[in-house]
Amino acid sequence: MKKRRMNNYLKVGLALTLLLAALILLGFFWTPYDPTAMSVGPKLDAPSLRHLLGTDKFGRDILSRVMKGAGTTFAIAAATVAIGAVCGTAVGALTGYFGGVVDEALMRFNDAMTAFPSILLALVVISVLGPGKKYNVVLALGLVFIPSFARVTRTAFAALRDVNYVKSARLMGAGSGRILLVHILPNTMQVLLPAVTIGFNNAVLAEASMSYLGIGVTPPDASLGYMLSEAQGMFTAAPWYALGTGLVIVLLVFGVGLIGEGLQRRDREVA
Amino acid sequence: MKYAAKRIAMLLVTMVIVSLLAFAAFDMISGDPATAMLGTEATPERAAALREELGLNRPLPVRYCEWLAGFFTGDLGTSYSYRQPVWELIAPKVAVTLCLSVLSFLLITAVSIPLGVLSLRRTGGVRDGVRTCLNQLGMAVPPFFTGILLSWLFSTVLRWFVHGQFPSLAENPAGAVKYLFFAAVSIAIPRIAMTVRMLRSTILEELQRDYVRTAISRGNDRGAVLRRHVLKNALVPVVTFLAQTMAEIVAGGIVVEQVFAIPGLGRMLVASIANRDYPTVQAIVVILAFWVVLAGTVADIINQRIDPRLRLGGGA
Repeated sequence: MKKRRMNNYLKVGLALTLLLAALILLGFFWTPYDPTAMSVGPKLDAPSLRHLLGTDKFGRDILSRVMKGAGTTFAIAAATVAIGAVCGTAVGALTGYFGGVVDEALMRFNDAMTAFPSILLALVVISVLGPGKKYNVVLALGLVFIPSFARVTRTAFAALRDVNYVKSARLMGAGSGRILLVHILPNTMQVLLPAVTIGFNNAVLAEASMSYLGIGVTPPDASLGYMLSEAQGMFTAAPWYALGTGLVIVLLVFGVGLIGEGLQRRDREVA
Repeated sequence: MKYAAKRIAMLLVTMVIVSLLAFAAFDMISGDPATAMLGTEATPERAAALREELGLNRPLPVRYCEWLAGFFTGDLGTSYSYRQPVWELIAPKVAVTLCLSVLSFLLITAVSIPLGVLSLRRTGGVRDGVRTCLNQLGMAVPPFFTGILLSWLFSTVLRWFVHGQFPSLAENPAGAVKYLFFAAVSIAIPRIAMTVRMLRSTILEELQRDYVRTAISRGNDRGAVLRRHVLKNALVPVVTFLAQTMAEIVAGGIVVEQVFAIPGLGRMLVASIANRDYPTVQAIVVILAFWVVLAGTVADIINQRIDPRLRLGGGA
């Protein structure tokens, strides 16, 4: 077996994502200016050394706002993927490994769920839970992401159900829990990790869309989506607001996308 | 034909489940719409009278059956916030959203299939890297961001359309399509990137098959093999993928209608969620879901026509 090496996609993707993550992390503790304070600079100021991304029509520093907003978006996407991946993997592992009627029923249900656009489902959940609250967004998106993870892991677990090392482990008296967690789970990482990167990107885009629509994260919390809806209204006067905010979303998704691409290619090279 | 009938029966079952879920979900919502509608004027007697008027005081299964019967006769209930029949409210918007979806779909198909075939030319090397990066970049651009840029460029700068003044589809169809075109482009860009990627990997996988090697070893040229054999075999997963794209188009449309101020179902849906106007939300969710499930069914029926193996297997 060849050694797993980093390819260029992984390198560039990781570099880009780490850079953004560092900025976001920094934003939790320090931003150049107070992101919500008005008139920290002149109104509608073009990008300059004092305000790297310029200011909006209230004189707020856009870089500071983007750092905070990206933090919210990043945190929501991470939490969403965590819910989706953990619950989805649990469902997929159990149904894939044990099979049977439950498996059939859940997978039919899953098929029906994955046929729907995730935003539509999330909107339904949000309107049931109540719009405009941060935790409801996480919950809504998290629930919506479970089926896709369940489908991916189910296939992987079902394929490994009867391979020799699992059979041997069973003969040696290992319990089902041990087989699932210790023997099969590590071997599903090849499909699980790219699925996590895709899920993360979908979550970023879904959160940004919902906040753009005004039913996701709403002020005082900053979110990239809501900021874009603000920025659209002042595009002619301050195009740097929309461009700065939008480009951060694009770079975030692009970086993680490259990581996913790199992971898939690395596994293909090994195989 | 038997297969098609079976698929349509399955479609109906799915629709009943979906609408039941939508109905039950909105029924579980805490809070009483009657009290919410009356606002500060709410008294217990008034609320009770309004519940009676809206039919909220009867059990869930009864209301669901009535609602389902109403769905087919065009009676979708009364909107809480507009006090108007829901169907009257959304009927003109259905056409707009349908038009936007179809336009986006045509755009995606027309651009991505030739691009996907072109992308087969070279594998490996610098070009492959550039193409992969462009592809990932395309998928990373959210439709509402493209929408903001396009609406600024073509409306504010070039004045090709007036943002916020959507021409009536019946009176000025050409103007309406022009307006919708830019929205369709913003929806289409990430989907085109995904479809090209999918198409490429499907065809490349198909090219590894034995029959391709045989055909080429017998002296056929690569292009002919690709056109005559490979494309046809690669078509089934592509049709399925395109049907799933319909779901994504609907999702993109919800957001992009807001960006371009297009008076469609998506915009109505968002407004209704904010107003807690549940009969309207319910109706729109079910209509959008129906549209998506219908696309899946049509794809399955087409696939079964293309690939005789699916016919032998009895479908699914």
